[in-house]
Amino acid sequence: MSDDGADATDASSPTDREYAEWLDALADGDGFAIVCPNGHGSLPPRRVCPECGSPDLSREPLDETGTVATYSVVHVPSPRFADDAPYATAVVDFGPTRLTGIVRDGGADDEAPAVEIGDAVAVDVGERATDGERLVVFRPAGER
Amino acid sequence: MTDVRVAGVGLTPFGSHPERTGRDLFGEAALRAFEDAAVDRADVEELNYGNFMGALAEHQGHQAPLMAEAAGVRCPATRYESACASAGVAVREAVRTVAAGDADVVLAGGMERMTNLPTDEVTEGLAIAADDLYEVRAGVTFPGAYALMANAYFDAYGGSREDLAHIASKNHENALPNEYAQYRKEVSVAEAMDAPPVAEPLHLYDACPITDGASALVLVSEEYAAEHDLEASVAVTGTGQGTDRMALGDRERLARTPAADDAADAAYADAGVEAADVDVAEVHDCFTIAEVLALESLGLFEPGEGIAAAREGVTTADGDLPVNLSGGLKAKGHPVGATGGSQIAELTRLLRGDHPNSEHVPDAEVGVAHNAGGTVASAVVHVLEVAE
Repeated sequence: MSDDGADATDASSPTDREYAEWLDALADGDGFAIVCPNGHGSLPPRRVCPECGSPDLSREPLDETGTVATYSVVHVPSPRFADDAPYATAVVDFGPTRLTGIVRDGGADDEAPAVEIGDAVAVDVGERATDGERLVVFRPAGER
Repeated sequence: MTDVRVAGVGLTPFGSHPERTGRDLFGEAALRAFEDAAVDRADVEELNYGNFMGALAEHQGHQAPLMAEAAGVRCPATRYESACASAGVAVREAVRTVAAGDADVVLAGGMERMTNLPTDEVTEGLAIAADDLYEVRAGVTFPGAYALMANAYFDAYGGSREDLAHIASKNHENALPNEYAQYRKEVSVAEAMDAPPVAEPLHLYDACPITDGASALVLVSEEYAAEHDLEASVAVTGTGQGTDRMALGDRERLARTPAADDAADAAYADAGVEAADVDVAEVHDCFTIAEVLALESLGLFEPGEGIAAAREGVTTADGDLPVNLSGGLKAKGHPVGATGGSQIAELTRLLRGDHPNSEHVPDAEVGVAHNAGGTVASAVVHVLEVAE
């Protein structure tokens, strides 16, 4: 094995089809949640609802904007995010489900954007600065 | 059903041992446990061994047979993995096995080797305890996940970084006399406040260190202890486990840990005790906020009140309910796969009266151990009582 540590950052993500298709939909503005008849939301792949076990699942479009439920500015990243730090991670309420991603406001690269619980954001797909891998990003609502 | 007694406990010093193999670490802990227990190795009927990231750190899977060799036992041996609760679940299965009468003697514990990896690889390794698709790829680190919980807690209940700094300072103070602790140095509230940020609002002293170490317990049935005239005054009287949605964002509330609520409820019911009976606790403070969440899940504080417990002196060594007298994960260290066993070893010593901090809990009869995996998608709680 190599001892230069390069493997850890070079490793591209294996293909995870259901996740890749969900990201494609998100990038096309067709982001969706998996919703059961009881209104529980989740993300693919699902055979049954993780909350109640219902197999009767449908795809429901995500709300246009979500609300920041919590956030953190990460200063010490994993190697795959080495060039992205500092960055703001947020968990955002989108109706029946929540999404986790990075907040970007188009501002300076060397600073994490200011974010607060309760902020309205839109969801998009962006790229990691470190290696170009796709990831979920949030932008202040109205800027998309 | 029989009572389960702790016949012996063994720990390696927790700290930085980058050149030592995992098998040597666990071998040392097991050797100490057998010395403490005065139990014949040949009587061990099972080995339950916890480990989280051995495949990454040592390129070593299938570790249980190796650890049986290291301990000098020949019996069915199984590795348990439940992230930072790996040893907790290993011990829990040992307790259930003995309580059910399926074995009289079980060796349980765990080991983690971490400091041989560069810090960024450890960060990446620990992150695999989170949901890879929907958290890790979205930039969530292990400290970052607890930081998300901390901000959610502050938003829901109030509290501040200074409250968290009091927890760090308390646990560092507790570690001072503990010969097994990684960091035996005082950290003032001001020093904790001034430390660099890791994932805001968590700063360096809110986080546990990266640690190598191992823990081992010899658990025996009450009958075996009596037959062999063992000194095994502490019993594990209750065990409970809970599971939650893996990803933090999928939880109904971001500032609570219901898996630990469930584990605590089950463990208290198993032991026939209530939260109010608890005299001393060892809880999973991988980050300072985690101690707060643990205390509230254990029912020792109401939701929203755990945050002030250290600052107000309730959970300090001389308080009404000392928490993490070992130094906790925070200062004693957190060799991930060993921690759940280490907590029970420390509680046993505290209740037996042979821990350097036993003087703070001279009349303690009921102790509780809380071990969590990931962002508490897994939780294990044990109740220990002085049986004789």
